Amino acid sequence: MIPELGHFALIVALCIACVQAVVPLMGAQRGDPAWMALARPAAQGQFVFIAIAFGCLAWSFVSNDFSVLNVANNSNSTLPLRYRFAATWGSHEGSLLLWVFMLSLWMTAVSVFSRHLPAPMVARILSVMAMVSVGFLLFLLFTSNPFERLLPPAADGRDLNPLLQDPGMVVHPPMLYMGYVGFSVAFAFAVAALIGGRLDATWARWSRPWTTMAWAFLTVGIALGSGWAYYVLGWGGWWFWDPVENASFMPWLAGTALIHSLAVTEKRGGFKIWTVLLAIIAFSLSLLGTFLVRSGVLTSVHAFATDPRRGVFILAFLAIVIGSSLALFAWRAPRVGLGGAFALVSRESALLVNNVLLLVAAAAVLLGTLYPLFLDALGLGKISVGPPYFESVFVPLMTPAVFLMGIGPLARWKQDAPLDLLVRLKWAFGVAVVTAILLPLSLGRWTPLLGLGVLLAIWVIGSGFVNLRERLVQVRAAGGVTVLRALPQLPRGYWGMLLAHFGVGVFILGVTLVRGYEVEKDVRMNVGDTVAAGGYQFRLDGLSEVKGPNYEATRGLFSVTRGTRAVATLNPEKRLYTVQQMPMTIAAIDTGLTRDLYLSLGEPLRGGAWVVRVYHKPFVDWIWGGAFLMALGGLIALTDRRYRLARRERAPDAGPMPAAATQGTQ
Amino acid sequence: MKSLRFILPLLVFAVLLVFLWTGLSLKPHEIPSPLIDKPAPAFELARLDDPTRIVSERQLRGQVWLLNVWASWCVSCMQEHPVLVELAKTGVVPIYGLDYKDKRADALAWLGKHGNPYTVSISDPEGRVGIDYGVYGVPETYVIDKAGVIRYKQIGPVTPELLSEAILPLVRKLQAS
Amino acid sequence: MRRLLLGLLYLATGLTLAKEAPPAADDPVLEQRLMHLAAELRCLVCQNETLADSRADLAADLRSQIRDQMKAGRSDQEITAWLTQRYGDFVLYRPPVRSTTVLLWFGPFVLLVAGMAWLLVYLQRRRAVVPQLSADEHARAQALLRDADSGAPEPDRPGA
Repeated sequence: MIPELGHFALIVALCIACVQAVVPLMGAQRGDPAWMALARPAAQGQFVFIAIAFGCLAWSFVSNDFSVLNVANNSNSTLPLRYRFAATWGSHEGSLLLWVFMLSLWMTAVSVFSRHLPAPMVARILSVMAMVSVGFLLFLLFTSNPFERLLPPAADGRDLNPLLQDPGMVVHPPMLYMGYVGFSVAFAFAVAALIGGRLDATWARWSRPWTTMAWAFLTVGIALGSGWAYYVLGWGGWWFWDPVENASFMPWLAGTALIHSLAVTEKRGGFKIWTVLLAIIAFSLSLLGTFLVRSGVLTSVHAFATDPRRGVFILAFLAIVIGSSLALFAWRAPRVGLGGAFALVSRESALLVNNVLLLVAAAAVLLGTLYPLFLDALGLGKISVGPPYFESVFVPLMTPAVFLMGIGPLARWKQDAPLDLLVRLKWAFGVAVVTAILLPLSLGRWTPLLGLGVLLAIWVIGSGFVNLRERLVQVRAAGGVTVLRALPQLPRGYWGMLLAHFGVGVFILGVTLVRGYEVEKDVRMNVGDTVAAGGYQFRLDGLSEVKGPNYEATRGLFSVTRGTRAVATLNPEKRLYTVQQMPMTIAAIDTGLTRDLYLSLGEPLRGGAWVVRVYHKPFVDWIWGGAFLMALGGLIALTDRRYRLARRERAPDAGPMPAAATQGTQ
Repeated sequence: MKSLRFILPLLVFAVLLVFLWTGLSLKPHEIPSPLIDKPAPAFELARLDDPTRIVSERQLRGQVWLLNVWASWCVSCMQEHPVLVELAKTGVVPIYGLDYKDKRADALAWLGKHGNPYTVSISDPEGRVGIDYGVYGVPETYVIDKAGVIRYKQIGPVTPELLSEAILPLVRKLQAS
Repeated sequence: MRRLLLGLLYLATGLTLAKEAPPAADDPVLEQRLMHLAAELRCLVCQNETLADSRADLAADLRSQIRDQMKAGRSDQEITAWLTQRYGDFVLYRPPVRSTTVLLWFGPFVLLVAGMAWLLVYLQRRRAVVPQLSADEHARAQALLRDADSGAPEPDRPGA
């Protein structure tokens, strides 16, 4: 009964989506207020029915309804409650329903928080989003129905893949999808602007908070996925340039270019064509990612089970959405017009170089990911493209971009003097160089790559401080206030920018230091043995057999000391999940600000001994710490006053915008 | 030609689309063998039925033959086994079996139960010869010509269609030369 | 007597406790070299894993073969060539530079150079000359900026 209700709800949602895709759009073209007004309630109606469908599927999982095929394939009665709930999106069908649910959430949010937007714009935006929704709902209903029945019902389910039985499964996909799907808002804004023919700074101001929020969610989603892989896979790796990982990274790169491009469009009315194109590209890469993960075209540990029919459907959907938006771009972009002029050295030019670098980086990742497919399709053999390629290509591309991160925020709009910039930044550069030489040496060894990493990280952080100092001086000079009074006067957009850039520096430092200085030891341990790594001693105190809800395990009891001081007790496990008979290595990690101690059990040996892997990973948590700082910066930035004030406004026609009103808010 | 550059993204996407479409009909996990048209790697392995006797690939020169990699633990091998048994009965081409990473007793029992299409089966308990032949999954089948050169490799079970459309015509061609 | 023996046994095990654990591999240096190489090689039966990380049987067999070859004194290049002879370029995660992969390896940099070249041309064309402000105008600008930063309500914006 409940599954059928869910199925029916999806069908109703599809009907509403069809109406929402057509009527408000036509209403905007015709200037019909009644038709345009349909957009908001339609979006909210879609949300209600998709939420019902999602709820029905979740209920089927939680209540162990094994007459639903999806539940029988992905769950089990011994699975703990939180994982039964997370298993809702553990399959291709379920995750698609999650996608559609996220889309309905964003649509509803747009429908609620758009009172200040003119009706035709809202109508167009919601119509475009509804078109995307129609595509996904059709895909769900015709090829990937999560409510398909299994009759007679299974006695019990095949269990969720043990690798997914983890808190990471509860948070990572929802956050990631919020990001992926969130870019559809930016996309809809861009397409709406192309259709309507008006693209200006105001449009940028409206679309910016939405885009930044989607970007922040995507950042968190990717960071969570990476962190999850780190502790669950057992050998401390955190990024593999796997096709599915790349599928999330490419929209992130394009999205980063987009939020910076939007800054220029908002502040200076420039980069309009770039911004529109980037918005289309970011969402297109999201959709492309969806295709790559579900079509079987690329091999990946993350890929869902595939079916060629599904691949064809998504490809057709891709062709329609991306093809028509790029065609629209080709047709209407020339009319959008250019913004103000700017000099060779200016903040605009720095941001333009940034756009190009980020896009080239995204293109490089795309090239590497798809190249095996290209060669195979042309009959030129089969190759593999893995981390050695991506690292060789990505680092040289990103280095100038990171270097520019120090210069861009300091450069003046429209025109600046290169010599002046150099003078202002000399201390930041000097400190960066000195640290790049001394820090690696103090940690044990120096290589050019390590030096470069530290240089870039300290450069970004240092130039951020230079920027802050200059800003405070400005504010104090203008208002005659103390530093403490001046701080709250700085807009949140500025703080967000500083924090996000600071996060990049922290991230780079984390990556550099852990890659350069981590220590790994593989040893054979009996009870009572010790091993030393990174200045810590690890002692195996004992082994015990443990029984979990749906697994059996051997648990190692380790005590960690540093000199005479006790540091931690760690309990890595070697589990056997009984339903799928799948072994899993559960690492034990002692997390610290300056290092992680990572222990995992390898294979058992004769005589009760075990192979044990011990890692000392300095500063590894700075990787995800940096990413979270970036996301936090984004979230702070979008609570900036000017977006909140804008909501209280009407939309009258009040003459031309004051030009370049603010000098360097961010 | 200013407006031409706005069409560039669409053109790039169109090219990408063509490749993705082609990609749907490819098999990304099938690794083509670099040993095609190269001499079959040398081996000297004990016979499965009589471990005191050694078989080497040199002894098989002068005839066209099939090398079928199989194992008693391999589930897909069950699928192709009847096909091979039928083929062996026709006597068109000798089939030699490479028993890959298997226990002798299990292998003999399996052959006893399901039939033995192999002229001779040889044991590769550690899989070293398999690695030399680029074996990565079982079953795999090679067509080797009179000069001892590998001419064809099939990854996965041999089906009757595959036999009639690809393998047997090739065998006949090689036998005639 | 039995108690004495048990006591001795207990003592003996106590004495063998608390020792420094030996490395899992017989030759840790070689093992590190093996893992370093294996991290750049692909497991052929897995869904995108390295030979170093994979737990598949074939991966273990290949690691064992590579270990033997390293012990026999072969270089990394020789071992890699040995592998590609049998499995093709697919087994390498670092694609070799061939005529078919020139686009892969040099494409991004060609794109970068092209992008930068376009950028330079574009920026030259759009170069602006900024008018200088008089002292009065400068003061007015400062006052306006102060207002904008300090939270005065923003003027109406035109609608779309």
